[in-house]
Amino acid sequence: MKGRLLLLSLVLALTACARSTPHNTGVYLLVDTSGSYNRQVRKAEQITLFALSRLQSADSIAVARIDTGSFTEKDIIAKATFDDRPSTANQQKRAFASHVEKFIDQSMPAPYTDITGGLLQAIEFLNEKHTARKEILILSDMKEELAKGYVRDIPLDFRGFDVVALNVTKLRTDNFDPRQYLTRLDEWRTRVEKGGGHWRVINDLDRLDGLL
Amino acid sequence: MSMTSLLTFTPWPAVSASILLVLLVAALYFARDTAHQAIQTAASALARGLRVASHSVSRAQEHLAARNREVLLAAGREAKERIVEREFARVGDAVRKDLAGYPDMHRRLSEAIRRIEEDQAKAVEVPPDAPGWAEAVKVVADLDSHNAGADILSDIHKSMVKAHAEAMNDYRKASAERHALLRRMMPDWRLIQETLGRVSKSVESVIDRSQVIDRHMGEYETLVRGEDRAVSVLSSSSIVYFFISALVLAVATAGTAVNFTLIARPMAEMVGGTNFIGAFRTADIAALVIIMVEISMGLFLMESLRITRLFPVIGALSDKMRVRMIITTFVILLLMACIEAGLAYMREVLLLDEMATNALLRGDEAGSIVNAHLWITTAAQMGMGFVLPFALVFVAIPLETFVHSLRTVVGLIGIAVLQALALLLRLLGNASRHVGALAQRAYDLPLFVPLWIEARTRAAARAASSPPGSTEADSWREAHT
Repeated sequence: MKGRLLLLSLVLALTACARSTPHNTGVYLLVDTSGSYNRQVRKAEQITLFALSRLQSADSIAVARIDTGSFTEKDIIAKATFDDRPSTANQQKRAFASHVEKFIDQSMPAPYTDITGGLLQAIEFLNEKHTARKEILILSDMKEELAKGYVRDIPLDFRGFDVVALNVTKLRTDNFDPRQYLTRLDEWRTRVEKGGGHWRVINDLDRLDGLL
Repeated sequence: MSMTSLLTFTPWPAVSASILLVLLVAALYFARDTAHQAIQTAASALARGLRVASHSVSRAQEHLAARNREVLLAAGREAKERIVEREFARVGDAVRKDLAGYPDMHRRLSEAIRRIEEDQAKAVEVPPDAPGWAEAVKVVADLDSHNAGADILSDIHKSMVKAHAEAMNDYRKASAERHALLRRMMPDWRLIQETLGRVSKSVESVIDRSQVIDRHMGEYETLVRGEDRAVSVLSSSSIVYFFISALVLAVATAGTAVNFTLIARPMAEMVGGTNFIGAFRTADIAALVIIMVEISMGLFLMESLRITRLFPVIGALSDKMRVRMIITTFVILLLMACIEAGLAYMREVLLLDEMATNALLRGDEAGSIVNAHLWITTAAQMGMGFVLPFALVFVAIPLETFVHSLRTVVGLIGIAVLQALALLLRLLGNASRHVGALAQRAYDLPLFVPLWIEARTRAAARAASSPPGSTEADSWREAHT
């Protein structure tokens, strides 16, 4: 009997000490602030609020802008890892929403669009957070325009990442030749899937239920 | 060697197949007796083995039945002892209560009787008779002296009238006194009547209890003797108790689930909402542990109160220690109930906070408006949080019944399973014997030609050696048997 109790205690202790697998989610929202897309920036608030409503304690979120050079922490507008306690997490959510709203009100258009740099920054951020689920949301027309001297022809490691392009608007040139739009999306899909990630496009922001 | 190569030892496959068939049948025919013996031996061995297994299972079932019977009788005896003990305690209490008041009652009765006797003695005293003037009047009337006694008689008459009036007054006065004395006796009579009525009730109660004890003792004796009827009654009672206690435990489990829902969310505030132990959230486990601790405290409280007897150690503690344990467990339960009430309140606060945050995130202004009657649900949740730990205390009673009846029910199920297994093994044993016979017939099936020839040959030989009277039909019958 004593032996059984000892064994049971040992099993319980080992179970308690065992490193539990993470169950949290990490979300990185990239907001395109280039001149061609700046009018759509207000939709970032809607997506942020939606993401905040879905996230729980210990989840992480960051909102960053895509501008001329996006591979920098300076472009991160707001970031948070929610506290263990639900009440604190709620306070953090409210503060985060307020921060993003302030950014959107003061957003200035950028001359170039460095999507790859933003993605690199997103990968770095989410890998550091060690979240179980990693989502990169891109609110952009997916038209990359790099300034002179920026090298972005580098392979991206998207293993374990879900990359979701949101509200991919059509450019004026796309209307003349829709193949440009389709090719653009296809190139991004290939790039993400080649990096081991999963690619999705959601253009209807009223139907974000499948997201997160 | 493949089938095709076997058929090519002659140029004609059909001929090869026929030759092979004949050879096979011949081989089977010559090995027939040995094969039959082998089949019969195997079938008999299997049947014997199954029969032995069936006997073993039957013995195990008998052992289990005996054990179950012992357990049932022991449980029945224990239960009956508890009932009888309780009845004796009640009788003892009644007798103690009545006997404690007996000296006082005796004194009051004696006093009342003494007063009655005194009053009665006073009541029987009669007033003195009027003076004996009658004899004097007769003497004077007998005197012959010319009416000389008339004056005397007149005086005597006056004196007599006066004496009569005085006697009547005395008599009335004495009657009034006697009536007053009799009236004074009435409360004493009533007192005696009430006292005797109370004594009668007590005695009747004791008699009733003694009859109940007699009945229980009679049942206890049947249990001690181990009569089948008693075992049967106990067995059916156990099954009923099992289902009833299982039902009550299911209700208690539902109550536990409600309790868990009340405190699981706020527990996340205390231990964090994202820690996991295995596949379970630490907050959920903590909430469950609190509920389990409450149930354990309830069990200890019930044990200390000697309502249940799951832990003999607690039951055997001294009264002083038991009282301490009762106070300790009750205080812990009270604290737990207060904590739960607080957690239930916290739950409501958290829920409101979350609703407000979600409303803000949705951009829904109406969602953040607080309902004016929300205090009712908050109070109800707090009340439930406070009451449920105490309600769960009573889980100990059905739990004890469930544990005790489970032994019997499991025993009965075990007996039924073993009986079924024994029957199955016996059936399989018989079936294996028949399968052996069937296998022998199946073996003979491809050998019908040589067997027919053999039968014919034997019949012919028997016909040749038999006397002329035997018929051909007999030979055929023998050949076919």
